[in-house]
Amino acid sequence: MKRAGFTTTWLPILLLVPQLLIIAVFFYWPAVHALQSSFYLQDPFGFGSTYVGLENYTDLAQSSEYLKITRFTVVFTLLVTFFSLALALLLAVKADTVIRGARTYRTLLMWVYAVAPPVAGFIGLLMFNQSWGPLTDIARAIGWDFKLGVNFNDTATAMVIVSVWKQVPVNFIFFLSGLQSIPKSVREAALIDNRSASGRFWDVTFPLLAPTGFFLLIINITYALFDTFGIIDTLVKGEPGNNPMTLVYKVYVDGFRGNDLGGSSAQSVVLMVLVLALTVFQFRLVERRIHYT
Amino acid sequence: MAQVSLNNIRKIYANGYEAVTPTSFDIADGEFVVLVGPSGCGKSTLLRMVAGLEDITEGVLSINDRQVNHVDPADRDIAMVFQNYALYPHMTVRKNIGYGLKNRKIPADMIESKVQEAAKMLNLTDYLDRKPSQLSGGQRQRVAMGRAVVRDPALFLFDEPLSNLDAKLRHQMRIEIKALQRRLGVTSIYVTHDQVEAMTMADRIIVLNEGRIEQIGTPAEIYHAPASTFVASFMGAPPMNLIDARLADGQIMINGNTALAPAQGTGAITLGIRPEDVEIHDDAPIHFHVDIVEELGAHRLLHGQLADQDFTIHVGKDVAATPGATRIAIKPDCCCLFDPETGKAL
Ligand SMILES: Nc1ncnc2c1ncn2[C@@H]1O[C@H](COP(=O)(O)OP(=O)(O)OP(=O)(O)O)[C@@H](O)[C@H]1O
Ligand SMILES: [Mg+2]
Repeated sequence: MKRAGFTTTWLPILLLVPQLLIIAVFFYWPAVHALQSSFYLQDPFGFGSTYVGLENYTDLAQSSEYLKITRFTVVFTLLVTFFSLALALLLAVKADTVIRGARTYRTLLMWVYAVAPPVAGFIGLLMFNQSWGPLTDIARAIGWDFKLGVNFNDTATAMVIVSVWKQVPVNFIFFLSGLQSIPKSVREAALIDNRSASGRFWDVTFPLLAPTGFFLLIINITYALFDTFGIIDTLVKGEPGNNPMTLVYKVYVDGFRGNDLGGSSAQSVVLMVLVLALTVFQFRLVERRIHYT
Repeated sequence: MAQVSLNNIRKIYANGYEAVTPTSFDIADGEFVVLVGPSGCGKSTLLRMVAGLEDITEGVLSINDRQVNHVDPADRDIAMVFQNYALYPHMTVRKNIGYGLKNRKIPADMIESKVQEAAKMLNLTDYLDRKPSQLSGGQRQRVAMGRAVVRDPALFLFDEPLSNLDAKLRHQMRIEIKALQRRLGVTSIYVTHDQVEAMTMADRIIVLNEGRIEQIGTPAEIYHAPASTFVASFMGAPPMNLIDARLADGQIMINGNTALAPAQGTGAITLGIRPEDVEIHDDAPIHFHVDIVEELGAHRLLHGQLADQDFTIHVGKDVAATPGATRIAIKPDCCCLFDPETGKAL
């Protein structure tokens, strides 16, 4: 393979600078700032701060509310990840066999990808509207009195549904291209070796999609943990108090609504460690196992 | 094990392209049939229709007198070897070979013994626990073969199985595949665009051109009595010489007055002469001008002009050759006559 390279050293550095600057300004600087303020107790009115050591962290560990939100976040993440992946895989497998109008079908499925999270949340609000939301109507038809923003479980359900809906297209695109990169002849060989379509899927297609699936697993966990903020914010707007929320939303609520910058910073640091762990886990596993060719 | 019969099999792809025009032939039990032809002539299409990987647009395909047009590929009792081997990349060699058996409800210990047997036959015993990515091209090819033989099918289908191997390995595998097929006696259809493979392996060759059968015959028939100028120039390296000639007075005449060989009839013809069916003598009747001498070790090719038309002669290494004028004679009964309009043999 031919390798393209730079002849001078300053040009690549120059080209990297904007990216590095953005990362520094919008990630490293706030991160350091968060780490620092997590050791302080901030005055709610902005008049200085007191050093309190690890108190913000011990408070977190002892807070039953924080524990409850952690538990909810875990369940929420599992549900969103599972359903986003499973639905996308199902759609991709079906789309892969469509021959006529395949492009239209795929484009329609991908469109949702372009919807921004708050907009997705807003669409969710409309769909689950108490008096005329179509999804509320459907729920009512099966005897479920759906109350978004009032009933904890109902709100949680809506959060999961909207988050899944928003994430399915991304997974779909990856699964579909993963499917299409499986050599046609390998599938044909399977066709001769195994008469059962579901057998072929689980024995051949699914294992060959594993690298894609694993990559998406990490992406989806990250999404459910962090990028659902906009959706949650829109769905529970007004009264986060009685409603389900995730750890990230709690950071925002405590920091900007409760003005507890120290506690909120401590929570951010916890989340940063989580992301770090996920990333390390991903790289380890990707390098080690799931790799064919 | 199986006889196969194709009755007016036709293939029109979804885009309206007719890749195979209605085609009929029968394959006898245990026969090794080679489908040969230039790229895009419909060889793979035909084979894939037999395998069930491609729908048959029209016609009837029977294996052992059972019509299988709409039978699932897995139920046709066939095994196929693909050009790129199509091994399952995530399975070990053992699993690759055994996968087809596993799905046919064969007990595990039986699978293991069959896999071992196939592996032994193909010298793969040491590689059973490797993944395909850890094998060389030749070994992958053997695994693909193993996957086919282990099932003990009624029919083997090969789609250019050797074209990804280097020349030496190709030569070796050619002999091995043929020997294996002889030993197992499994009816086989083998697709290739390599006429040497076709000549050396086939019991019977089917030459395809643009979705049509040009000729069916044993390698000797195809070589010595090509049914058309297409077959004459496709089979053989270097190909048969084809020159314009004329029949008159019971002779084949070129250039107005040189008599080449006796033949009945009148009018213009295309004359086909194999390069090796020519002898060089000082007192021979025909003038030949050698332009280039191609040294090939065991023999030489003399490229030149015969009556102002390109002509190639194949001579043994013991025949001295230099560029310049020489005289040649055509061996008796070595002329093929073709209709210059249609290219069909006369
Ligand atoms: N899915 C398809 N749709 C339309 N046309 C096709 C399709 N597959 C093949 N063809 C056409 O049908 C013709 C025969 O194709 P086929 O693959 O059978 O050729 P082949 O003889 O196997 O050639 P090669 O030696 O290159 O493999 C070609 O002209 C090809 O372009
Ligand atoms: Mg082909």
